[in-house]
This record gives sequence, C-alpha cells and structure tokens, in this order.
Amino acid sequence: MKFEVFVTLKNEVLDPQGKAVENALKNIGFDQIHSVRQGKYFTLDIDEKDESKAKASIEKSCEKLLANLTIENFKVKKIG
Amino acid sequence: MKASVIVFPGSNCDRDIKVALEKFQIQTTMVWHQESTLPKVDLVVLPGGFSYGDYLRCGSMASKSKIMKEVIKHANDGGYLIGICNGFQILTETQLLPGVLLRNKNLKFICRYVDLLVKNNKSAFTKKYKSNEVIKIPIAHNEGNYYGDKKLLDELNSNDQIVFQYSDSKGNINDESNPNGAALNIAGIVNKKGNVLGMMPHPERCIESLLGGTDGSGVFQSILQ
Repeated sequence: MKFEVFVTLKNEVLDPQGKAVENALKNIGFDQIHSVRQGKYFTLDIDEKDESKAKASIEKSCEKLLANLTIENFKVKKIG
Repeated sequence: MKASVIVFPGSNCDRDIKVALEKFQIQTTMVWHQESTLPKVDLVVLPGGFSYGDYLRCGSMASKSKIMKEVIKHANDGGYLIGICNGFQILTETQLLPGVLLRNKNLKFICRYVDLLVKNNKSAFTKKYKSNEVIKIPIAHNEGNYYGDKKLLDELNSNDQIVFQYSDSKGNINDESNPNGAALNIAGIVNKKGNVLGMMPHPERCIESLLGGTDGSGVFQSILQ
C-alpha cells in the first residue's frame, strides 16, 4: 500500500526559506504570488493489507520522526 | 570526573570537545553512535557538527540512533548531559530539552564571536560565572533560531531555565544583539531538573587565550565544582 505525506510548518512559525523563494519569484516577474510556505513531501510503501492499520502506522511514523510537532503539521493520504 | 563524547557520522567538533574536557582533567572516551552501551560516566557530551548531513531536520536522525537510548537513560538517571550546537539540536529532537532550533532568520550560516549574558549562574554548568556576567564565545551555525510557543517561553523564564542569552557587550538583550532571530535571544537552556544543558555557542572553542579567548572555560570548571 502506498501513501504520501505532506509536512508543513505551522502557520505561526516563521518560514524564512519560503520568504526567500517568494522574493526570488518576485524577481522573475511573479508579482501576484505571495505567502509562499515551504514544506516536505514523502511517499512511503507499507507492507500492510488493512488500510486503517496502515494509515495509523504511517501517522505514528510522522509523529515519531517525519514531522516535529512543535513546529510542523502533517497530512497523510493513500495513493495506491 | 569521567565523560563520554558521542560521535555521529558528520560530527566535527568531537575531538575539540575531547581536548577541552581533558584540559580540565576530565577523563574522556569517544563513543560511536552505533554502540548500545555507554561507559559509566558523570557527563555525556553531544558534540557540534552536521550529524547525518542534517538530513530531514538538524539532529533528527541522530536523535533516533542506537546509543541515544542509553544517553536518554543517563539523563533521566540524573547524569550530566551537554549538547553543543548540533548537540543542542539533537537534544530538542529527543525532547530532553523543549523547543526547536529553526533556520537562522537571515538564512545565513553565522560564524563569529558573540556576546552572551549569563542569565542563570546557579546551574551546574554556569556556577563559575558571575551573575549577569557578559562573556564572549563563538557561534557557528545555520539553524540556531530557538523557537518555542509563548507558554513554553514563559515556563522557561519562570523556571530560570534560560542560562545564556545573546546580548551586546554591556549585557543588553535586544534585536540588534540577536544574531539568528532566537526567541528571547536564547542561546542556551537547561532542563527543569538542571542536569541537561543545550547551547548553540561553542565553549570548547574558547578555552585557550592563544586561540582567541577563554570565556568557555567556565562551563567546564562549573561541572567540576
């Protein structure tokens, strides 16, 4: 079973990288783009037939390693 | 006194801290991260560097390595534990210390001497310093921007867990004296129990006047006391 995971910074956390990307976009003419926030994207395969068990396991992996819950949120989605 | 320095792939201040500890007659052994036992020691140091190439988040991979179970046990049993720079990042990832170290606000790797106010000189790691003493210690990091929510920062303040703050040479804490955007100009904190210290500045680089200063010595002299 295949899942994708998005890890994003919480809204209240400053994202200087996102800001720098936004400025670079402005420099090449994308004036209308703003509020750029940078995150991480993972795809994971898991050997588990039961979808809810698989999802629970992936979520646990996010809490334990893929995301730092002090500053980040995560979203898990089944893709295959 | 005996100490162990944990060596991760990508650690690069491990030998510097060994030299520093030995200068203060602290017998030091190096322990590779894949070991599953820790020698019986009074102090464990997580050195600076770029453990695991800073993959995922600084310190995150190292915080899950084999030896860390023993390091966490050592700290929970009351043993002294110091994380310097990348070591501080590892300590927040293990949650032995609260908060997290974000990318520097100006997105630059900063490598220079900074002034630090010794905010708490009662801790096991700072008692050799005077109250509100201003010292000069170098920093060298890209992710030293300490972050915590308001509740955590209030807690750190009221428990006197903030030991070092970035300041100017007179001890003023303000935005101008904050190199990396850290909340409350935090450069170093201890845990509630007071046996775990995390700091971004490198005291081990600051123990020989020939190399620019000796203000880092106080950290090592304090532990010995």
